[in-house]
Amino acid sequence: MADALSADVPAGGLAVTETTKGTERLHRAIFIGLAVLVAVAPFVAYPVFVMKVMCFALFALAFNLLLGYGGLLSFGHAAYFGMASYVSAYTAKNWGLTPELAILSGTLIAGLLGAVFGSLAIRRQGIYFAMITLALAQMVFFFSLQTPRFTGGEDGIQSVPRGKLFGLISLADDKALYYVVAVIFMAGLLLIYRIIHSPFGQVCKAIRDNEPRAISLGYRANRYKLAVFVLSAALAGLAGSTKAIVFQLASLTDVHWSMSGEVVLMTLVGGLGTVFGPIVGALVIVSMQNYLASLGAWVTVVQGVIFVICVMLFREGIVGVISRAIKRPL
Amino acid sequence: MFELLGIPPQALFGQVLLGLINGSFYAILSLGLAVIFGLLNIINFTHGAQYMMGAFVAWMCLNYLGINYWAALLLAPLIVGIVGVLIERFLISRLAHLDHLYGLLLTFGLALIIQGLFRNNYGSSGLPYQIPPQLAGGHNLGFMFLPNYRAWVVIASLVICLATWFVIEKTRLGAYLRAATENPTLTQAFGINVPLLVTLTYGFGVALAAFAGVLAAPIYSVNPNMGADLIIVVFAVVVIGGMGSIMGAIVTGFGLGLIEGVTKVFYPEASATVIFIIMVLVLLVKPAGLFGRPA
Amino acid sequence: MKLKTLLLGSVFGALLVSPALAQQISVKAGVLNDRSGLYADLSGEGSVVAARMAVEDFKAAEKGIKVEIISADHQNKPDVGSTIARQWYDQDGVDIILDVPTSSVALAVNQITKEKNKIHINSGAATSDLTGKACSPNTIHWTYDTYALAQGTGGAMVKAGGDSWFFLTADYAFGHALERDTAAIVTKNGGKVLGAVRTPFPGTDFSSFLLQAQASKAKVIGLANAGGDTINSIKQAGEFGIVAGGQKLAGLLVFLTDVHALGLQTAQGLVLTEAFYWDTNDQTRAWSERFAKAHGGKKPTMVQAGVYSGMLHYLKAVEAAKSKDTAAVMAKMKELPTDDPLFGKGSVRIDGRKMHDMYLFEVKKPSESKAPWDYYKQIAVLPAEQAFKPLSESECPLVKK
Repeated sequence: MADALSADVPAGGLAVTETTKGTERLHRAIFIGLAVLVAVAPFVAYPVFVMKVMCFALFALAFNLLLGYGGLLSFGHAAYFGMASYVSAYTAKNWGLTPELAILSGTLIAGLLGAVFGSLAIRRQGIYFAMITLALAQMVFFFSLQTPRFTGGEDGIQSVPRGKLFGLISLADDKALYYVVAVIFMAGLLLIYRIIHSPFGQVCKAIRDNEPRAISLGYRANRYKLAVFVLSAALAGLAGSTKAIVFQLASLTDVHWSMSGEVVLMTLVGGLGTVFGPIVGALVIVSMQNYLASLGAWVTVVQGVIFVICVMLFREGIVGVISRAIKRPL
Repeated sequence: MFELLGIPPQALFGQVLLGLINGSFYAILSLGLAVIFGLLNIINFTHGAQYMMGAFVAWMCLNYLGINYWAALLLAPLIVGIVGVLIERFLISRLAHLDHLYGLLLTFGLALIIQGLFRNNYGSSGLPYQIPPQLAGGHNLGFMFLPNYRAWVVIASLVICLATWFVIEKTRLGAYLRAATENPTLTQAFGINVPLLVTLTYGFGVALAAFAGVLAAPIYSVNPNMGADLIIVVFAVVVIGGMGSIMGAIVTGFGLGLIEGVTKVFYPEASATVIFIIMVLVLLVKPAGLFGRPA
Repeated sequence: MKLKTLLLGSVFGALLVSPALAQQISVKAGVLNDRSGLYADLSGEGSVVAARMAVEDFKAAEKGIKVEIISADHQNKPDVGSTIARQWYDQDGVDIILDVPTSSVALAVNQITKEKNKIHINSGAATSDLTGKACSPNTIHWTYDTYALAQGTGGAMVKAGGDSWFFLTADYAFGHALERDTAAIVTKNGGKVLGAVRTPFPGTDFSSFLLQAQASKAKVIGLANAGGDTINSIKQAGEFGIVAGGQKLAGLLVFLTDVHALGLQTAQGLVLTEAFYWDTNDQTRAWSERFAKAHGGKKPTMVQAGVYSGMLHYLKAVEAAKSKDTAAVMAKMKELPTDDPLFGKGSVRIDGRKMHDMYLFEVKKPSESKAPWDYYKQIAVLPAEQAFKPLSESECPLVKK
């Protein structure tokens, strides 16, 4: 699967390996543009909506780190996202942790879960890898359903306090919370960017493209795979825990397999194996869900049509297409 | 009376039998998936929607055209199969050279569209479909009351499954199919129309799903969402059996139905998850599935 | 500056329009329910139709109240529902949210409504927590709740001799609540609960659980589930000869649309509790006729009827309060008696519970049904005081002060 994937994604990782000066400058410009956009957004758009987009964008970025750069298709990323959101909501509500500690604990647990599941799953490849991650995620779902004392069953953990950042700054106001989320999002994005362009990231890409070759060069492929898996799980957890604080709710939706499907969709629409694609994908999908909500049952039909169009015509995703047009990796 | 873990053996027999009945649905559905995966290398996410379509076509036949259950049992797979052929021709075949992932995503999108359209037209509470009068009632087996219709489900699915296995493994047509799976280019060179074979195979796999749908119509409600949750379980069945293995899909389908049935007695809450637990265990021990050949 | 414009505006307004319309109030109502899933038929677009009919019947425009109705699909997910509710209140200027089936979503919307100090009239959800532990000064629970369902079906069946029970319980909080409430009523009335089995939710095959229920030899099998689960378990109970074997089924939450989906052949003899049935009297028949015309020939469920009734009462309260201020309108709604063609006369209690009679129905045999949607015969009427949890037992903090 790893070989096939990279072959399908001409705009993706392949070209990124040769990061030229010009590309670096372009990326820096995009980062600055994005930061400005994020800073201005709450004055133009509904802040809660933008926060939702950022949480899902971070989730999709984390997923893309694993699939686009690690070549591993996980069909169970909802487990880390959802479990982290439960932990963060639970600790904030029942232990009275401050939001940053709650988010941190959620992220940690997701990372641990990723380490356990990852070490089981990376022994297998391709479609089997995907299926193991799915099965493990189903077990997390079952656990969440069966422990209502912890997860609140299908009611979820509701009315989670937003609390005070460092015990000082109240986050009850949407704008205050917004900038916290914005910082988390930008930090997550920068971290992922750094990972991709670090020597570690280069080795991951080498393993993705040709695992036997990387092994023959002396790299312990499984260690790299596990590391990227854990990083991806922890970052997905970061997104999940932040979401729980933003919406003051952690629910079964976050651990359901359709959430795992959704993150695949976001990444695909935005552009698999591109740095910025998942952000665009998350924006598109979340806005679609938001603005089409009044269409009722037609929403799924519209979503399905977009899916089909994307797969048939825009396999590289939105950012992938742009990247090819300007002949620069994005 | 002996009791096994607090359950009288009679009751356990009943549950095992029920498990087998549910297993027949898993078997037919996973068989269809396995056939499609074997030849097209595509994970057909639309399978659940096509199963649902089968049930709906049977319902439409009865309510709009007055066609009874028995005719629908032939007609519905045919109609849904033709729809499947069209889908393969115009959409799936264009992705043939790409990664599995895209086929999965395409069929996932199609499933959303189909389910959404049916929901818009027929609502979501489901529609009634009566058991055909010839199979109404049931027999008391001593340890349980077995409705005739359920007995018919097991027999029908066994026959269909074994017939499919026979065609693929023991006939000339099946040999072509297997050859095309192994090496499409070479098979094509021998003068066999591989694209046609692929299209027909997809149509056949889909028809199997529709057949299961018609079988299910009288006992489950005919509902646009009836296939949506089933599909994930059936995936697991196929993976456990070994992707692409025909016999694997059949045996695992019945076997897992059985295990699920027994779980429903001892730990009912877990009966929806037990299949996934088994899936993880099997994949860790035998990565290619119980009956799959290692890739 | 702002004040000046405002003044000028109102002077202009007074000059331009007739005195009656001078105090124009515009309210925005959001119907939030399931439009694509399990509960789409019993709430869904039908609830929007019902809300619109309430606006028409109230002649809101003539009374100087401009009403806008919007709707959205919460997909039965608390996170989707709370996101929409938050956005409606924050962004779209929605004053009241109606319907909201699915207990988990209702609890989330209840919470946000309180936080944003708006109004929520719930018709679709079952959980009695909405007027119990989670009660809020901003929420009215209109149509029914788990307590009333248990009281109706459970109480009546025990009195009719069904004194031993076995539950088929959907394995989630709502199913557990329904089982708990019903079991309490059964024991209180001198019945016995022999056992219960938790079925994964949502499920399709219930035969295994039904056999366990059969083996328990209980006289009544209580179905503590909803929607597709209920439909499938009733269907399969018929198939396995459970009803023929002498055990009775008690549908703890069954709607008219469920019976429609089952067909009378399968559903006959089922005992259930509802707050409204279209064929009760001339008024309900006339209204349901109009409803059916606007909604593809389908008769209204109690949830849709509740949305109509709730919307009507809200508009009356706005008219009486001469403003849409939340506190004023809520006070008026609790002060004014409710009266509408569907539920008759009633009241809204301090804990937000809307009080009206509940009805116990039995599903007709196919031979008794004379027209499409002619499904129920009435067995008993439960007076409001009996049907709903008395305030003395309430866990609602609003009551205690």
